[in-house]
Amino acid sequence: MKPILEVQNISKKFMINHEQQAYLSLRDSISNIFKSRNSTEEFFALKDVSFEVMPGDTVGIIGKNGAGKSTLLKILSKITPPSTGRIIGRGRVASLLEVGTGFHPELSGRENIFMNGSILGMRRTEILRNFDAIVDFADVEKFIDTPLKHYSSGMQLRLAFAVAAFLENEILIIDEVLAVGDAEFQKKCMGKMGDISNSGRTILFVSHNMVGVKSLCSKGVLIEKGVVKQTGKIDEIINLYLSKVSGSENYFATDLNLAIGNDFLKLTRITTIYDSHDGHIYINTPIKIEFELEYLLEKPLVFNLSIVLNTINQILVFNVSTEAKTVNKGKITCCLEIPANLLNDEIYIMDVYLVKDSSVVLVKNESTIQIEVKDLPRDGNWYGKWLGVVRPQLNFSLKN
Amino acid sequence: MEFEIKPQRKFSLGIKELWDYRELFYFFTWRDVKVKYKQTVLGFLWAIIQPLFMTVVFTVFFGDSISQKTNLLIPYPVFALSGMLLWGIFSGGMSNAANSMVNNANIIKKIYFPRLIIPISAILVALIDFFVAFVVFIVVLFIYKVEIELSVLFLLPVSILITCLASMGCGVLLAALNVKYRDVRYIIPFLVQGLLFLTPVMYPVGISDSKTVQLILKLNPLSGALELMRGLFSGYSINMETVLMSLASSIFLFVVGVIYFRKTESYFADLA
Repeated sequence: MKPILEVQNISKKFMINHEQQAYLSLRDSISNIFKSRNSTEEFFALKDVSFEVMPGDTVGIIGKNGAGKSTLLKILSKITPPSTGRIIGRGRVASLLEVGTGFHPELSGRENIFMNGSILGMRRTEILRNFDAIVDFADVEKFIDTPLKHYSSGMQLRLAFAVAAFLENEILIIDEVLAVGDAEFQKKCMGKMGDISNSGRTILFVSHNMVGVKSLCSKGVLIEKGVVKQTGKIDEIINLYLSKVSGSENYFATDLNLAIGNDFLKLTRITTIYDSHDGHIYINTPIKIEFELEYLLEKPLVFNLSIVLNTINQILVFNVSTEAKTVNKGKITCCLEIPANLLNDEIYIMDVYLVKDSSVVLVKNESTIQIEVKDLPRDGNWYGKWLGVVRPQLNFSLKN
Repeated sequence: MEFEIKPQRKFSLGIKELWDYRELFYFFTWRDVKVKYKQTVLGFLWAIIQPLFMTVVFTVFFGDSISQKTNLLIPYPVFALSGMLLWGIFSGGMSNAANSMVNNANIIKKIYFPRLIIPISAILVALIDFFVAFVVFIVVLFIYKVEIELSVLFLLPVSILITCLASMGCGVLLAALNVKYRDVRYIIPFLVQGLLFLTPVMYPVGISDSKTVQLILKLNPLSGALELMRGLFSGYSINMETVLMSLASSIFLFVVGVIYFRKTESYFADLA
């Protein structure tokens, strides 16, 4: 059997203009003729990417933000050409880089189904055949002749996904579309996608939602900084990815030269302190995180430490900062207390920013440390994961 | 169905692909027509009011003097309105098309289809306005008792075709430029305004005795189309030199526009 998609040595190069410009204007172009080329730099969003997809495979494409996943999908869907390399495909491709492409607020639901369907490459007859099923799946019968602008955002989303769900193409390319909508709808979508893959069609799926990728895909491709790191079974790929992004809950610089920081400001230590009987952090465990920095200049510096906490699925949870203070040469310590019952049962990743004068970011370090919070054994009838990136304990009473 | 994706090198018009996606022409045109007159009180009447109003203005201010000076063989209002209608296809089509790629940037960035469909559909929208206004034009013909030579009725589609070619050439070229240089957005309004005066819409080519002025007017891609359309009215004689010269220039414009568009379109998604 021949592969349905052969990606061969694909690279995509962008020129980055160091003179920041929103977009070119004629005047700039003309004046550039007389100037020597101002500093541009080549940037490879993808470098020599190769892999194969067999018919019926469901492939999860995994990687951090900015790894080049979206660029790859754009090339696969012909939106932008590769700089070098080629792709051979054997089948009709439908790409869903966004739900509801081409939706127009002034058109009715019915009209938008036709518009969106035909932009996605469905024939009119195909849309007509599936029309009732689409309306039914989206659950919008009553409003089908109402302009889209009067739809709730949930209805718009359902309608958009419904159209896409009835694409009959052999290859489906899906980018992060499930990152939207409520839990019930996401479940419905995942179910539908499962049906699609069971029907023997090929799916390429990009998502940060590891649970979704794991349940849907059988194979995986890990992309890191534009390069394919590994292809293989989805479980292996996810584990590899998690081991790459994951780190320790502590950080310690053994050598000042290798420490995170710049010439004069070094992050030397982060320690996560908590009280636990078995070495795990639970949702009701208060956490204290200590940061230690070394400032090397004689000149005083107005400094503050800022941290960003993300979930492992790259949802930003919060950004907090210390007050800005004038510091002198020597050791700086900061301490962050995260109270009990704030974080959920999740893996959290912390980015650290060292900031000067409350505005200038001197050093930005991503994924500096990682904190895993576990759920408590729970009473009650429901054992699924509690929703949300935080899990605060609020006063919420019921009277009878 | 096998396909290949690789860096673009060879030039092709992509006619086959356009044909594969032919339904999209319909949907884009249909969408733009629907949206254009949504939430307006007068709706399609706007397609009629604009050329009619201009014709009235021209007739009141220039009608008599132009008729006398150039020995027009048909009533001036008929002459001017026929011009305004074709001009509507050209100017409306060109400016719709020029802005179309930028206006549809969100679609271009998310999905692939032959990009030419967007500006061409934009011109089809202007064409539909023309047909709406044409109904009123027929009424005007009755009022002024101008007869149409049925034997040369085929001139009408030819004249519309030339107008569309010219409009497409300019529109597609400007659309491609607009993606890269947003200056185009500001050029369009006064380009349309300026061209209206450089085109024999409200005056005949013979208005000036200067050879240079006449040459410029004859090279105008619209002159031929206007000449052919007015050739429908009995008593009007067509100047074939004008027709051929302007036909050549509209084909030239079309070719240049489409080639430039096809050469640059693969990078639209990166720039838009």
